[in-house]
Amino acid sequence: MPDSSFSQIVFGRLTLESFPFSDPILVGTFTVVAILGIAILAAITRYGWWGYLWKEWFTSVDHKRIGAMYMVLGIVMLLRGFSDAIMMRLQQALAFGGSEGYLPPYHYDQIFTAHGVIMIFFVAMPLITGLMNFVVPLQIGARDVAFPFLNNFSFWMTTAGAVLVMASLFIGEFAKTGWLAYPPLSGILYSPGVGVDYFIWSLQIAGIGTTLSGINLIATIVKMRAPGMTLMRMPVFTWTALCSNVLIVAAFPVLTAVLVLMTLDRYLGTNFFAGGLGGNPMMYVNLIWMWGHPEVYILILPAFGVYSEVAATFSGKRLFGYTSMVYATIVITILAYLVWLHHFFTMGSGASVNAFFGIATMIISIPTGAKIFNWLFTMYRGRIRFDEPMLWTLAFMLTFVIGGMTGVMLAIPPADFVLHNSLFLVAHFHNVIIGGVVFGMFAGISYWFPKAFGFKLDPFWGKVSFWFWVAGFYVAFMPLYLLGLMGVTRRMRVFQDDSLQIWFIIAGFGVFLIALGIAAFLIQIYVSIRDRERLADLTGDPWNGRTLEWSTSSPPPSYNFAFTPVVHDNDAWWDMKQRGYVRPLDGFRPIAMPKNTGAGIVLAGLSLALGFAMVWYIWWLAAASFVALLAVAIGHTFNYARMFDIPADDVRRSEDERSRQLADSGATP
Amino acid sequence: MPSPIEAKCYMNLLADKRLSCRDMPSLDMPSPVTGWDNRAWSVEREEYAAAVAGLCQREVGTLGRFRIAFLLSPLALLGGCSAVVLAPAGDIAVQQRDILVQSVILMLLIIIPVMVATALFAWRYRSARQARYEPDWDHSMHLELMIWSVPLLIIICLGAITWASTHLLDPFRPLDRISSQTPITEEDELLTVNVVALDWKWLFIYPQYGIASVNELVAPVDRPINFQITSSSVMNAFYVPALAGMIYAMPGMKTQLNAVINRPGVYKGISANYSGAGFSGMQFAFRGTSDADFDAWIQTARQAQVTLDRATYLDLERPSQNVPVRHFADVDPELFDAIVNMCVDSSKMCMKDMMAIDAGGGLGLAGARNLLPVAAEDRRGPGAVFGPRPSYVASIICTTDNPSGLVARDLHRSVVPPIDTDLELPLLRTSTMQPPAASADPFDS
Repeated sequence: MPDSSFSQIVFGRLTLESFPFSDPILVGTFTVVAILGIAILAAITRYGWWGYLWKEWFTSVDHKRIGAMYMVLGIVMLLRGFSDAIMMRLQQALAFGGSEGYLPPYHYDQIFTAHGVIMIFFVAMPLITGLMNFVVPLQIGARDVAFPFLNNFSFWMTTAGAVLVMASLFIGEFAKTGWLAYPPLSGILYSPGVGVDYFIWSLQIAGIGTTLSGINLIATIVKMRAPGMTLMRMPVFTWTALCSNVLIVAAFPVLTAVLVLMTLDRYLGTNFFAGGLGGNPMMYVNLIWMWGHPEVYILILPAFGVYSEVAATFSGKRLFGYTSMVYATIVITILAYLVWLHHFFTMGSGASVNAFFGIATMIISIPTGAKIFNWLFTMYRGRIRFDEPMLWTLAFMLTFVIGGMTGVMLAIPPADFVLHNSLFLVAHFHNVIIGGVVFGMFAGISYWFPKAFGFKLDPFWGKVSFWFWVAGFYVAFMPLYLLGLMGVTRRMRVFQDDSLQIWFIIAGFGVFLIALGIAAFLIQIYVSIRDRERLADLTGDPWNGRTLEWSTSSPPPSYNFAFTPVVHDNDAWWDMKQRGYVRPLDGFRPIAMPKNTGAGIVLAGLSLALGFAMVWYIWWLAAASFVALLAVAIGHTFNYARMFDIPADDVRRSEDERSRQLADSGATP
Repeated sequence: MPSPIEAKCYMNLLADKRLSCRDMPSLDMPSPVTGWDNRAWSVEREEYAAAVAGLCQREVGTLGRFRIAFLLSPLALLGGCSAVVLAPAGDIAVQQRDILVQSVILMLLIIIPVMVATALFAWRYRSARQARYEPDWDHSMHLELMIWSVPLLIIICLGAITWASTHLLDPFRPLDRISSQTPITEEDELLTVNVVALDWKWLFIYPQYGIASVNELVAPVDRPINFQITSSSVMNAFYVPALAGMIYAMPGMKTQLNAVINRPGVYKGISANYSGAGFSGMQFAFRGTSDADFDAWIQTARQAQVTLDRATYLDLERPSQNVPVRHFADVDPELFDAIVNMCVDSSKMCMKDMMAIDAGGGLGLAGARNLLPVAAEDRRGPGAVFGPRPSYVASIICTTDNPSGLVARDLHRSVVPPIDTDLELPLLRTSTMQPPAASADPFDS
């Protein structure tokens, strides 16, 4: 044990030197964040919003509010992850001609690690989870998810992970290992600092949230569909959500296990992954990618679902080839588990092993290609409206096929040997993640925003954001493809070949364009809130939608549907509209709904304390928060009063209000 | 061979088609090692070679595909001659490039029609145009058949290419040709190079010549090379883009790469897998030379003042950044094997012996106690907080003749022969052999 002075007992290895006072960039960032944070907290206090936030949002078990909070988390973390991207691009554009750039290795290596971790775990994951949370129960005609408390708990666990990552910015350091922290570099001998421990504990805490949320949504989709909605009548977004959550539930435990083994290596001195005493780093690489490859399909499948909904809605047409779309999704789900080794062909497996995984990877392009064709033929003989969601979908179709092509190139082992770890690879996965997942999230946000808040997003600023994003993406990443073909590899901090600089400057300019796209998106949200009267959606069906979420008001009442709808067709709401559906106006009955609870936020707060204590070796805090965690979890099981009834009168009142809105909008009530 | 300025001029003339390929001066002249050591000129040289190769397509057999690749990829054209992956100088990399180009062409067969159709449909069926509208049309057996079968056919072709090429270009497989026209003959003597990734530089050992160099790799043109690759501490990847694809360098393990360089020149070599703070500076020059120049370089290296024995290696192994080129005149012939087995410090038990012991059933408790602490200067931190202090398996095995075990100060007297009789008896380094002050038990931290 380390020497047991008083401060070490109280603070573990946390000392004054752990705070990066000497780094002007971090001090500046901290100052800005602190001022903003204080301003926000002061405003909340000033206007007395604490009670409202706590009662209506933080402790809410309403899937719509939790979904919205996930989206906010994802967007806030996008700003952090994107700041890292700007810093990296700036460093790489400057570090030529003998210049060291402006970032020392200590800082730069943390930045590219944090960028990867944050963008995947704390931007992409919250955004897709948030979207699924919000949309799925509405699409299947349910009133909430299967386990509403678990949903709230999952969200706060993800947030706790995000807070821990953010804490590493100002307290101590983050990992300097690359986003998957391969040993031996991430082992205690080569990375003795707190960075890798922040990595372990933030992913572990967020991972629990993700796994639980996966279980929750599977149960919801399997058990809570409206009568008549057979599996083959489920909206495609719900199908992709189901497959994505199956992937989550089967893949995230692998991540949990591999992080546990790494924790044992780092805390107890075991040797699972360290060579020398019988461990093997190749085992870590295999295990982490057994999670890591399904993870990319976890992200892309819901985005595919969004495109399917948007393409059908904005073409005013049934989705072409629903059945083949569903089977394509299922095939992708299964194959997602059989391709992990293509991330390390260069590790020296035999030719037969490499060829097997290479060909398995290519096979995935068949169902994916089928999906692209299905969207294409959905547009064929349609009547296409180019609202923002459709623009994102078109940009996706044109961009994603390029990423798909470069992906198949990387799947051929001999070609991968020259492209692996190069900027070509970096360009490829940004091509599919930005061109696939991010565009999909923006399509989804602009598509469902009116449903969530009762007013559309401003179309002008949406288009500004769209064009900056798309142009920025191409300007930022096409040069990286080229640099990869020039033999330039990733994670370099300085360059010796000055002829490369121009391409990094172009890429940096692309990032600047994306920054304008993000700014335009934030302006769009501000303008839309300001002009919410002008943009209001009174009908609940602003896009002439096809699925059940458009049959209720915008925003939906807390109970979603006064009467559970009955489904006769896979585009249930379109079918109801065609057959002259009449909203029931009386006969309302009390609706049983789950009660809000603060247990989720308390448990997540304790997990955060536990994680922080483990990172800094503050053993008393770790023990105390662990015991408290158990106590609160057990205590919460004694809370039997989890449901309450919304009285029939309240239901009538809100349904009457909806009738008035419909009348105002000129539609039939 | 022209001077740098002349070379630029020739390149421009060739690009402008004012000169034909026949008129281009050859690169195959004086030694690039002795004559043109300066860095700027190396770049020129590479550019020149690539330009001539790119515009004249001297590689017969890849000629047509190469042109197509350039036509199809306007960005690559912009990048011009420095896109080394598309214009490599080694036969393996050339074949890898060909696969890349073939796969792109195959996929473009479907990607271009899809992109065109996307734009076309979006334009034709925009709502303002009021084109034919069939809101309930959602199925067509013919289209479904096409949607699934066309990509399937393409993937069958690609899969066949993949299966064959993965086996043919397996880095472990010995070469069967020097270039597309020249098969390997009995006269081609294999050049073996042992590659060690250190923190943060590259060590190249030439066992056939008994020399070694740091951050400089030289090989004669058209001579097959067998690289045996390992790492001293963390993972790296050995990558010379002009020569062949990359392969990981991992501690305690040995990977291989078989390759050949077909054009003389100075090429860039890098670590392609992030390995810590000094990663960016982990670069080396790879020189393809004539046989005579190679021999001259070997002679130069032999005249170096330093030899590479275990002690020098252990010194060299310590982290350092942006290390200049160094040569070693004489190399301990067993050094590389010891590096792979992580037992250069001969007080450490070699991995192969450890595995042999384990395969034979292990040593029971005696094996678990046979540990020595890692010296403070050999580690970057105190080790796992609740674990034993960082330790390694000692190369000496204690037996009933030495029941008290691990009192290191007695070791040199009470050594018993290890189980593997081939194992050399240890020359103990005092720094690592000091027993812990308070206790002899390494588990007591």
